Amino acid sequence: MSIIKDLFNRKKERVLNVYCTAGFPELNSTIPVMKALEASGADLIELGMPYSDPLADGPVIQQSGLKALANGMTIAVLFDQLKEMRKSVSVPVILMGYMNPVLQYGFEAFCQKAAEVGVDGLILPDLPEYEFETMYGAIIKKYGLDFIFLVTPETSEKRIKKLDQLSTGFLYAVSSSSTTGSDKNMTDVSAYLKRLQSYQLQNPVLVGFGIKDKASFDAACAHASGAIIGTAYIKALESGTNVETTTAAFLNQVLQ
Amino acid sequence: MSTMELHPLIGSPEAAASGYTHPNDYGYYGDFGGAYIPEMLHRNVEELQAQYLEIMSDPAFNAAFRSLLKDYVGRPTPLYHAARLSKQVGAKVYLKREDLCHTGAHKINNTIGQILLAERLGKKRIIAETGAGQHGVATATVCALKGIECIVYMGEKDIERQAPNVARMRMLGAKVVPATSGSKTLKDATNEAIRDWINNPNDTHYIIGSVVGPHPYPDMVARFQSVISEETRIQLKEQTGSELPNYVIACVGGGSNAAGAFYHFLDELSVKLVAVEAAGHGVHSGMSAATTALGKPGILHGSKSILMQTEDGQVVEPHSISAGLDYPGIGPLHAHLFASGRGIFMSATDEEALRSAFEVSKLEGIIPALETAHAFSALKELKFNANDTVVLCLSGRGDKDLATYMNAMGPQ
Ligand SMILES: Cc1ncc(COP(=O)(O)O)c(C=O)c1O
Repeated sequence: MSIIKDLFNRKKERVLNVYCTAGFPELNSTIPVMKALEASGADLIELGMPYSDPLADGPVIQQSGLKALANGMTIAVLFDQLKEMRKSVSVPVILMGYMNPVLQYGFEAFCQKAAEVGVDGLILPDLPEYEFETMYGAIIKKYGLDFIFLVTPETSEKRIKKLDQLSTGFLYAVSSSSTTGSDKNMTDVSAYLKRLQSYQLQNPVLVGFGIKDKASFDAACAHASGAIIGTAYIKALESGTNVETTTAAFLNQVLQ
Repeated sequence: MSTMELHPLIGSPEAAASGYTHPNDYGYYGDFGGAYIPEMLHRNVEELQAQYLEIMSDPAFNAAFRSLLKDYVGRPTPLYHAARLSKQVGAKVYLKREDLCHTGAHKINNTIGQILLAERLGKKRIIAETGAGQHGVATATVCALKGIECIVYMGEKDIERQAPNVARMRMLGAKVVPATSGSKTLKDATNEAIRDWINNPNDTHYIIGSVVGPHPYPDMVARFQSVISEETRIQLKEQTGSELPNYVIACVGGGSNAAGAFYHFLDELSVKLVAVEAAGHGVHSGMSAATTALGKPGILHGSKSILMQTEDGQVVEPHSISAGLDYPGIGPLHAHLFASGRGIFMSATDEEALRSAFEVSKLEGIIPALETAHAFSALKELKFNANDTVVLCLSGRGDKDLATYMNAMGPQ
């Protein structure tokens, strides 16, 4: 059984997944940030691989990616950093990124290496379901990685069920139609999440986009297994001076 | 020109049944194309995929499209036998005068089509990206024509170097939003337009300006632009007795004027199709936009194509003196033409393009756009026979580039 599945078997609510950008704020921050997240109560870590043209991301995550690239982050460097990851990080780790850098690394080589260093799953928002089913899904499975699709409030019931069938680990419910870090309000989100609950999906649902503090985390958790925080944490890292204390303070405030 | 009335429906699958002309159901031309989009764009893109061919093959839609092309854009554009240029080149050179379209470039063929489509889909808000500003002006124009809100994303650097077009867009009532990320040019303007679409999923149509983007955009834009080669065939027949030239030459940024100029010749294998990219300071200077020479297969803006990128798959910032060619990719149709060998891909440097612009101005009394000037440069590189018929797509006029041209002339 995948350790992501194992996590959701053990913990059915208030699961917290935190996004961080590999190589941010410093090139070698990747592992210290992940350790700090685990120590401060994150249940999962979504590790973003920086890309020059991240279409689904708002300005904050874009900037963190550009900084990471300027710091020298590449997929090869990242795998090198992650070699010893499992000595110090035990929560599930998901790599998130865009297709182009993964294709240049070599899709199969990427999956193989990810599995080898102990990564548990992938989120590739611009990998479409047709290409997943006809080309890439089998490779991802071959290396035992979970793959998580996104759904949005605009996604039809039929398609949500299809994407749930194709996903393993969890299903990523984007809270509103937006890029990451938008300030769209979360008032409609409970109706949407209740709708998802009524579909009896095979995967637990984590809610992402716009989750930034205790109030929004609680709102998301009311009708889902948990939530994903990205932009707000990157902002905290930007303004903080010390990774450990910044991370602890940020997660304390969310989880209080 | 009575034959001009016999237009094929631009949306009909039999308009040109073939291997090169149409992508498959998933938007692939050979290995290139597809719709690599985040889920947030799925509903809008799927709506287009499901409906574009049906709408475009509706006779009423076609009638509206043809009527605006004729009375508003000024089509058919002339096919002009350039006698002095022909003599210099040593072949019979015909210029397809897209520079005479309303707003001064081919871009409006596509925006007329897409605004009619957006109306059919009930959209209330239009977004677009622009490089040289020609597509932005063409979009602002059709939005004014229809009274629809228009937002144009434009790289900060392009806003500076294409000031007259920025002023035109504003005068037409469009809001011009600077794209400040990355290289601050066309690629980044496209990113911002796509992000806008993600954030406005219900009422907005994105009018992409070239044969790029997720399926169905490359096919849809190529069909709207195909009017260029549809007319060319008829005009060639009238002027030369044969519908087929030996060469068709066009510049390629994303590739929409080239796609339109090639379209009805794609499966006429005797016709050589020449695509001219921008080499900037030189293909290997590190300051270039010659995508096929420098790129590798990759994914940008929702389709798999050929892309200028680092070993790590980060998209490279291109350079060209011409804002309309300053793009690190090309449309998937062109990637397929390149990979299959059907197309001949060449490039011209900034300097060569400038020289061609000045020569053509003096030889033919036509000041071409800087983009088009790259296509003219290819005339010097190709080896023609005296009897060859060469069609060059004169994609736009040079007014918008006057500042660059004045700079190149120096004080006098
Ligand atoms: C006159 C002209 N020609 C060519 C282009 C390049 O675009 P495409 O390659 O899509 O024809 C532009 C783009 O702005 C243009 O303005």
